[in-house]
Amino acid sequence: MTPAPLSRREFLKAGALVVSFMMPGTVGGALERAGATTGGKPPLTPDELDSWIAVLPDGRVTAFFGKMDMGQGVDVAIAQIVADELDVAFDRVVVVMGDTAFTCNQGGASGSTGVQRGGVTLRYAAAEARRILLDRAAEKLSVEVAQLTVRDGVVSVAGDPRRRASYGELINGQHFHHKLEWNKQYGNPLLAKGLAIPKTASEYRIVGTSIPQRIVADKVFGALPYVTDVKVDGMLHARVVRPPTAGCAPVTVDESSIGGIPAARVIREKDLVAVVAEREWDAVRAAATLKVTWAQPCTPFPPMETLHEHIRQAKPIGGGVPVNKGDVETALKTAHRLIEAEYEWPLQSHASMGPACAVADVRADQATLWTGSQKPHYGRNGVAKLVGLPPEKVRAVWVPGPGSYGRNDAGDAALDAALLSKLTGRPVRVQYMRHEGTGWDPKGPAAVYRARAGLDAQGTVVAYDFFGKGFTRQDVATTESDPKDTLAGQLTGYAPKPTVIFQVPAEAYDFANKRCGWECIAPLLDRGSPLRTGHLRDPLGPETHFASESFIDEVAHAAGVDPVAFRLRHVSDPRHVAVITAAAEKAGWTARPYPNPRRGTGHVMTGRGVSYTERNGTIVAVVAEVEVDRRSGRVWAKRFTVAHDCGLIINPKGLELTIEGNVVQAVSRTLFEEVAFDRNRVLSVDWASYPILEIQDAPERIDIVLINRPDVASSGAGEPSTRTVPAAIANAIFDATGVRLRRVPITPERVRAALARA
Amino acid sequence: MSERIRLVVDGKPAELDADPAMPLLYALRADLALNNPKFGCGLAQCGACTVHVDGRPTRSCVTPVGAVKGKKITTLAGLGTPERPHPLQTAYIGEQVPQCGYCLSGWVMTAAALLRDTPKPSDTQIRQALAGLKCRCGTHMAILRAVKRAAGAKA
Repeated sequence: MTPAPLSRREFLKAGALVVSFMMPGTVGGALERAGATTGGKPPLTPDELDSWIAVLPDGRVTAFFGKMDMGQGVDVAIAQIVADELDVAFDRVVVVMGDTAFTCNQGGASGSTGVQRGGVTLRYAAAEARRILLDRAAEKLSVEVAQLTVRDGVVSVAGDPRRRASYGELINGQHFHHKLEWNKQYGNPLLAKGLAIPKTASEYRIVGTSIPQRIVADKVFGALPYVTDVKVDGMLHARVVRPPTAGCAPVTVDESSIGGIPAARVIREKDLVAVVAEREWDAVRAAATLKVTWAQPCTPFPPMETLHEHIRQAKPIGGGVPVNKGDVETALKTAHRLIEAEYEWPLQSHASMGPACAVADVRADQATLWTGSQKPHYGRNGVAKLVGLPPEKVRAVWVPGPGSYGRNDAGDAALDAALLSKLTGRPVRVQYMRHEGTGWDPKGPAAVYRARAGLDAQGTVVAYDFFGKGFTRQDVATTESDPKDTLAGQLTGYAPKPTVIFQVPAEAYDFANKRCGWECIAPLLDRGSPLRTGHLRDPLGPETHFASESFIDEVAHAAGVDPVAFRLRHVSDPRHVAVITAAAEKAGWTARPYPNPRRGTGHVMTGRGVSYTERNGTIVAVVAEVEVDRRSGRVWAKRFTVAHDCGLIINPKGLELTIEGNVVQAVSRTLFEEVAFDRNRVLSVDWASYPILEIQDAPERIDIVLINRPDVASSGAGEPSTRTVPAAIANAIFDATGVRLRRVPITPERVRAALARA
Repeated sequence: MSERIRLVVDGKPAELDADPAMPLLYALRADLALNNPKFGCGLAQCGACTVHVDGRPTRSCVTPVGAVKGKKITTLAGLGTPERPHPLQTAYIGEQVPQCGYCLSGWVMTAAALLRDTPKPSDTQIRQALAGLKCRCGTHMAILRAVKRAAGAKA
């Protein structure tokens, strides 16, 4: 495949200086040399070792990573893995990611699989590169491979260190031209491996250490270019004009209304309306000034206060019962005692720190996209389809965006930019305004959960029944690889086709009769919806486990058993037991009656709660301690203790910071976040109408217990702790107040109302 | 309606022709090619565009460029450099604070003013001074550690 060539447009003008535009995660020199060595680089396919690893003549190593880091340091972990496997110093490894011209599609940032899946192929590739280099060294030095040792990229004969050869000498400016076995799957499942057997954990020296992120300094000195900073010669600035009411097409566009801004003009393609101008401020003003007559509102949304009733009543469009053990119905009928509860979770916004931005340069025969999306390979495919080019003629280059926690507005901006570039014949930069970033991004789905449990006379659980119903997590797909999943596509004739996918709790409770099922309901609007649902950090994880772990607490309370002891009673997997135990011990948890008999007699009541979940192999337990002010209703999630087992730990400090971010973001979603709407429009359009946690509500303390399992393959960490937090808070509020809050967000108004009812 | 406007940005004189009603943020980013103040909301609700105007943290997204003629503008890149870092920048690197990092100008420029005026702030004073800023990645715990670390370093 022939990627669009490196272009002069990657140089931008800053004042009178022309400076090289350095892609983050790449080193220009290394990249050029990796591409310029003799022998020609083989095609960029996963079965070529050269697609993964380049050893430069000076011994530096480039690792080509087809996933992404969105700020948590996955690229550092990958460099650690590669450095250890190759026996080179960490500082010699550069990770290139997010550029379709240099990386294979490993799925982008997706499902916390950066290390869990993406790291596996890089580990195999680095091991294979080492094996080949050692074979060459053995030949050159006329010894058996078994007699060789490697230190910092220099191979020497054991006991005779003067007989040596460096990796740089051994590769001699060539590519490997070496085939790997490949499972023929792109995306997250991609797996390629050679003959080499990677090291065992006991041999790691760099894996397991807390190497910091180099890119942090660039951020802190204001030197890192973001996607919002990409400038291309001849570039137009664009702003889109979304309808004031959802689902309304433009009827007439009054171009004369922006006559006062002569440099701006209107671009319209079917139902997509945008303005472009040479200067960004002109585009901003023109978008705000342009008069468009829109079709009459179609009133697609139920009244906001009835959203969950709508979900209960709506006809399901799909469902499943993935867990069905024993005979739940019979056990419930014969139970001594029945416990029932329902829980509700709202629609939530990514509300990324900045609204999305993308730059596209679409030519007749090729195109380039600069995107902050988590999945640039899929962005390439989506642009290719939208503008009518083969994917191999489109190059997508990831540049850090203003925050990303799933399928946010970046995917929409990418295809908007591409379409507008095609229509104008110029490179186009699209940046959304705040009201588009929050108001029109794909939303985390709202849902209703119903749980039932039966206890026998001794308080043992004889039946457990959990049922979730809500919007699919993929009204738009997890990627922008098809225009149907983007606003640009949906507004220009691509009919959406949602995937019906939901979730049941992930835990290991061993109840004799256990059933977990789900149903999805239809989207509220069939296209171009500001309430379309998509992946938001740990898709459906916080939703589902807020309900399931709140309910387990309710069952424990009904059974009169301490909530930590109750969980341990029903979990047998030693890793799960260890995590729950570690969190409880670190938090100083001792069994006592609950609600808290010493919650306080003043206005501030205190309590503690526990929660535990699993996610794709990672096990997390959280103890929350809260203060509830009975006058104001304010909940302060004051202290958290997190125990976390994701197998082999690559970078402990990076892991801790990742967990902290997950916890704080989850506190925000639990206590503050709910997308507001009326019958026709989304009302959450900025930080005032979509409040998130601010620093006065940040916890006082987060203690983290990392359980390292060197003998267990690494699993993900970018999301799992997110899903564990909401129920821990709700359970702590119950402990503090004796009142159960079953609806998120747990706002002061709802707390006051619940206390008043109690 | 365009006017000649003179500023001092990060210690250097700067000139541009612009509509004086245009926000300072667009002057810095588009006309002066400074990338570090960010567009987050355009509504003074998040802080990503914060710069110092004559030493005072100011939301450049709602400040007309015409209102700051002749004034000294300091951006994150002008607060310190890798060679001469501000103690907050050193602390931010030490604590590995940012994830996406898009919010940094708000936190660092606001905290720099706090530490200048209150060299040894309490936890409560820090939280009060930084109220109204947004960080979507949830790095607040590391932000608090870094500000306290910088306050210690200044002693």
